[in-house]
Amino acid sequence: MDIARVISKRSFLLGLLGLILVLLATLPLYAKGYTPILMTSLIMYAILSVSWTLFSGPTGYISLAPAAFFGVGIYAAAILGKSVPLPVFIVAGGLASFIVALLVGALTLRLKGIYFAIFTFGLVMLIMQLLVFWELHISGIRGRFVIVIDYNTIYYAMLIIFVVLMLTVYFIKRSKFGLALQSIGENEEAAAHTGINVTMVKVITFAISAFFMGAAGAAIATRWTYIDPYIAFNVNVSFLPVLMAIFGGLGQLYGPVIGAAIFAYLQEVLTTKFSELYMLIFGVVLVAAILYLPNGLVGLIPKLWKRSSGGQHAST
Amino acid sequence: MPVLEGEGVTKYFGGLAAVSQVDFHVDQGEVVGLIGPNGAGKTTLFNLISGALVPKSGVIRFKGEKISGLKPYQICRKGVARTFQSVKVFGNMPVLENVLLGSLFGTPTGMSSVNAAKEARGLLEFVELSALRATPAKDLTLANQKRLEVARALATKPELLLLDEVMAGLNPTEVAQAMELITRIRDKGITIFMIEHVMKAIMGVCDRIMVLHHGEKIAEGTPHEIATSKTVIEVYLGE
Repeated sequence: MDIARVISKRSFLLGLLGLILVLLATLPLYAKGYTPILMTSLIMYAILSVSWTLFSGPTGYISLAPAAFFGVGIYAAAILGKSVPLPVFIVAGGLASFIVALLVGALTLRLKGIYFAIFTFGLVMLIMQLLVFWELHISGIRGRFVIVIDYNTIYYAMLIIFVVLMLTVYFIKRSKFGLALQSIGENEEAAAHTGINVTMVKVITFAISAFFMGAAGAAIATRWTYIDPYIAFNVNVSFLPVLMAIFGGLGQLYGPVIGAAIFAYLQEVLTTKFSELYMLIFGVVLVAAILYLPNGLVGLIPKLWKRSSGGQHAST
Repeated sequence: MPVLEGEGVTKYFGGLAAVSQVDFHVDQGEVVGLIGPNGAGKTTLFNLISGALVPKSGVIRFKGEKISGLKPYQICRKGVARTFQSVKVFGNMPVLENVLLGSLFGTPTGMSSVNAAKEARGLLEFVELSALRATPAKDLTLANQKRLEVARALATKPELLLLDEVMAGLNPTEVAQAMELITRIRDKGITIFMIEHVMKAIMGVCDRIMVLHHGEKIAEGTPHEIATSKTVIEVYLGE
């Protein structure tokens, strides 16, 4: 591919990104009612699956902790929502998750493979049960009311979190830190003997990914009005981002975004139109995707590209 | 003063003493060979030196400073680099990035990205892999992957290089090239401690050889002394 082509492709992509961003930013102006609410969920799932991929994609450590960090964010909103403004409790929710992830990561990132996955899943249960105990025996309440904020504001909050996340991921990918992260996934032992502080790189990345999950939780909590530990620490939130990311494809930054968007949209449409068949259809789509799209949806793009340009650019 | 020295270094795996009360030293500028039958504890000793394992007892010093107990990345940054018996390259990353990681993270003082890239390119030149710099490491031949590991290790600017069977699985031409590479590394002033089964190679390039058997050091001396040592011959060929 010659330089002119690379540049034109690059400016095309930048233009496309800009256009999408403008469309998203002005959405509440031309789409009223249900659309911003739907878009808020789509973006929330995109945040969860992109931040999951940020850590688990390059390192290969399958984390099932998203629900834990998401739930910590939700509780931050419930506790702080009445006393501080929205941006503050969103950041607080993110920071609380960041700190939990630092502690947990430092303890558990020496676990490998399935052990790590199971531990992170256990973490969701552990925090949830601790909260149940705390609320019943110490604060003496079952659930909490969350301050209500209008849906356009939540939409913008979610969009901002998403944009900050995408920028963070982009810069990590291009940085020396991102290179180290990738090498850990390739061969952790060799990375350690090449001078990389593998524990630190893993723990920090895990915590950054938790920050965004917590922030998303804090933002969405305001739409739910009432929460309790079972709502806040819903285990589906641990599995959905993983499925969305795999469905979309882990290789590219936009893979998990596309996966999350399609998945979340399907979920909305199927639950409203075919509420009884919803899980069945969902399951079939997922099985088909895993069987026939090993690299996710974005894995299709190079194939289609090759076909449309007659295989001349097979090297791409 | 020796660059590397160990005193009473011991490591158990369960009840088995993989390395037992081993004293050793490697002097500045030397090429020291480490040989012994399979399971003698050679790679375990390298793992102890490089920090992958921590000795149960005994102490390992690098330039007079205790390094046993430090993490692998710290030992690497102090100037001890290693390669692996079964190659561990970053398979999906291009050859150049493999080496770049070493110069970005493994050097004692750190390096700017520009210098690190320059350094990495220079090292690829040195191990004669320049033409393959954009190829994913997993697509290289075994001999080239071993060279890549050497380049990655050299990128961390080591004073001591631990080579774990760089010649295993290579054909005679490749062995000759690897020997030539080792000589060129020594000429750079880097001290080399190497495990090797290819006797021709080890006899040809080493100044001194250490023999391990069942985790214990049973002999040490010049290649000639080792080749004629009765104990060593008994260990390898039976009594």
